[in-house]
Amino acid sequence: MRHIISILMENEPGALSRVIGLFSQRGYNIESLSVAPTEDKTLSRLTLATFGPDKVIEQITKQLNKLIDVVKVMDLSEGALIERELMLIKIKAHGDHREEIKRSSDIFRGQIVDVTASIYTVQLTGTSQKLDAFIDAVGHINVLEVVRSGVSSIARGEKVLAV
Amino acid sequence: MTKLSGAEMVIRSLQDEGVEYLFGYPGGAVLHIYDALFQQDKVQHILVRHEQAAAHAADGYARATGRPGTCLVTSGPGATNTITGIATAYMDSIPLVVISGQVASEFIGEDAFQETDMIGCSRPIVKHSFLIKHPSEIPGAIKKAFHIATTGRPGPVVVDIPKDMTAPNEQFEYKYPQTVKMRSYNPTARGHAGQIKRAADVLVKAKRPIIYAGGGVIQGNACEQLRELARLLGYPVTNTLMGLGAFPGTDHQFVGMLGMHGTYEANMIMHHADVVIGLGARFDDRVTNDTSKFCPSAKIIHVDIDPSSISKTIDTNIPIVGPVDTVISDLIGVINDKHLKPDAAALEAWWKQIEEWRQHHGLHFDEVEGEAIKPQRVIRALHKVTRGQAYVTSDVGQHQMFAAQHYAFDEPRRWINSGGLGTMGFGLPAAMGVQFAFPDAAVACVTGEGSIQMCIQELSTCLQYKLPIKIINLNNQSLGMVRQWQDMQYGGRHSESYMESLPDFVKLAEAYGHIGIKVTDLKDLEPALEEAFTRYKDRLVFLDIYVDRSEHVYPMHIKGGSMRDMWLSKTERT
Repeated sequence: MRHIISILMENEPGALSRVIGLFSQRGYNIESLSVAPTEDKTLSRLTLATFGPDKVIEQITKQLNKLIDVVKVMDLSEGALIERELMLIKIKAHGDHREEIKRSSDIFRGQIVDVTASIYTVQLTGTSQKLDAFIDAVGHINVLEVVRSGVSSIARGEKVLAV
Repeated sequence: MTKLSGAEMVIRSLQDEGVEYLFGYPGGAVLHIYDALFQQDKVQHILVRHEQAAAHAADGYARATGRPGTCLVTSGPGATNTITGIATAYMDSIPLVVISGQVASEFIGEDAFQETDMIGCSRPIVKHSFLIKHPSEIPGAIKKAFHIATTGRPGPVVVDIPKDMTAPNEQFEYKYPQTVKMRSYNPTARGHAGQIKRAADVLVKAKRPIIYAGGGVIQGNACEQLRELARLLGYPVTNTLMGLGAFPGTDHQFVGMLGMHGTYEANMIMHHADVVIGLGARFDDRVTNDTSKFCPSAKIIHVDIDPSSISKTIDTNIPIVGPVDTVISDLIGVINDKHLKPDAAALEAWWKQIEEWRQHHGLHFDEVEGEAIKPQRVIRALHKVTRGQAYVTSDVGQHQMFAAQHYAFDEPRRWINSGGLGTMGFGLPAAMGVQFAFPDAAVACVTGEGSIQMCIQELSTCLQYKLPIKIINLNNQSLGMVRQWQDMQYGGRHSESYMESLPDFVKLAEAYGHIGIKVTDLKDLEPALEEAFTRYKDRLVFLDIYVDRSEHVYPMHIKGGSMRDMWLSKTERT
């Protein structure tokens, strides 16, 4: 099953490589990963989408907790969560097709952020699944370039991941 | 406030940390530190002949004393040579602080002379590491390194120091921190009281219990508590390879080591048990055999300081995260307070069964007079001559298993071996670390002609510091354990497991200024050992003992089976 794991860690050089190294050395999967400092500049927040059996996910959270630079770990998938990913996508857009891309973009609540005679660049946010669906809707054959941020996520309600 | 250079701070920090011995080897990137070292006499530096040995010697010192081992090496090859030693310590949870030099900050990333990304190289095999960015960080980083290495689940920590951080002409205020506070590192101090109560209830209701104690009991200084718990309950106790000595090897309640080369009775007990309490042990693959067939009818209680050890390979019914010493004390407290009593009738029947199993194999080996010496006999003779009181280090292979099986360790920290990583070459440098810690103790390095050659250069270090180690070389002229597997699983095709062109070990020992004795006849065995430990008490003696080449280690788990599936001899299996 897919899990979204959020990690608060010391904003220090080498901390990120310890997290990533852990995944490669123990054979865990990384579907996507995003990281940036929080409002407290001494802390970074890393969001990681992974998949595997429950036993492996349990090991992942335990092993992450063991890393000295890691302050807190939360498996957000254990409760309700908000998940967002940002995608910038360049799509071939000419002739009749141009209007159709625009329509699809509207339906998915995307924004066309750059235009040339033959290309639209669309900005889209949502769950990873929604971004996948948009690519399917416009057709893989029309896609020139895709860049995705990796998942950011936060728990719904009162639950807070902070020091 | 004192002002010191970075190099002086390194040495002062080690002094303030109470470091007795610093095992190391100088080189360009650490010359400032070696100069500071030269100008003091509190920390004694031990010059090894290869950096791998520095790490193993510090490791051996740590295992024997319970105090952290410390190394100092230069950048590049000096640092990478310690990697095997760091990995060895990591796998066995040994507290080690490795200080490595690094090229000056301005050269980092430029492929400078003797530059290696030591933080990167060592990352998967350290508990943590520090790269010094400013000289003023040195005392804090060293304090944290020792704190992290020795608390929680112990392990190795690397401190990488670029050469410019130790420049003698720049001085900074020095103050060694008294305490460490880290928001991201707070090892569990106490086991969960509710879980401990549940464990006590399950434990006393057991009909067929076993206490399975590992290296964590020794590293966590919980041997007294283990012994008290075992006596209170009257249950059988088995130790892992890493746990030997945690419970006395000659005690009636001890049923031997368990696992791949465990005793018949220990493995049978595990398989038939209804309650297994694992204490500071990690249910590793050399213990469990096929995990899907492991202890089919047992409730499992698992006590470990490391949450990630719990339910990693074997699902646990009652997990308890905490230091094993306080958890056992709390467990004893609950049993006493609630006046819980084990089921005496069930226990009597269980011990009757255990005694039957004990009679069945009993680490039996066939000895024929006039034929080659059996390696098992050598270990038993060593036990006799040293009255079971020696510190025994070992390398890796058949000799290691024979030593584990046949030298009954009554005390913890006497059996020093590379269990997790299985590092050939560990034995001799580890013995050096032990001998430094206990200069008057009998220290034996049980090894083989394969393993000893992996760190043989340390015979030179032993001469320099007059270390009276006794090397017990079980010479079967082949890589015994490899050969055994080839015999059992590869149709006897001995691919590269034969050692041709062996050195004359007696002459070799003599060339290094030591004493060499060759033994080929059983009748000379005990006299030679006696001579080594009495007449040559103050000398290093290399006993080159020719043993039966065809001997195998038994019992041996049958691959893919349960704990009870074992070969008991070349022809007999369960």
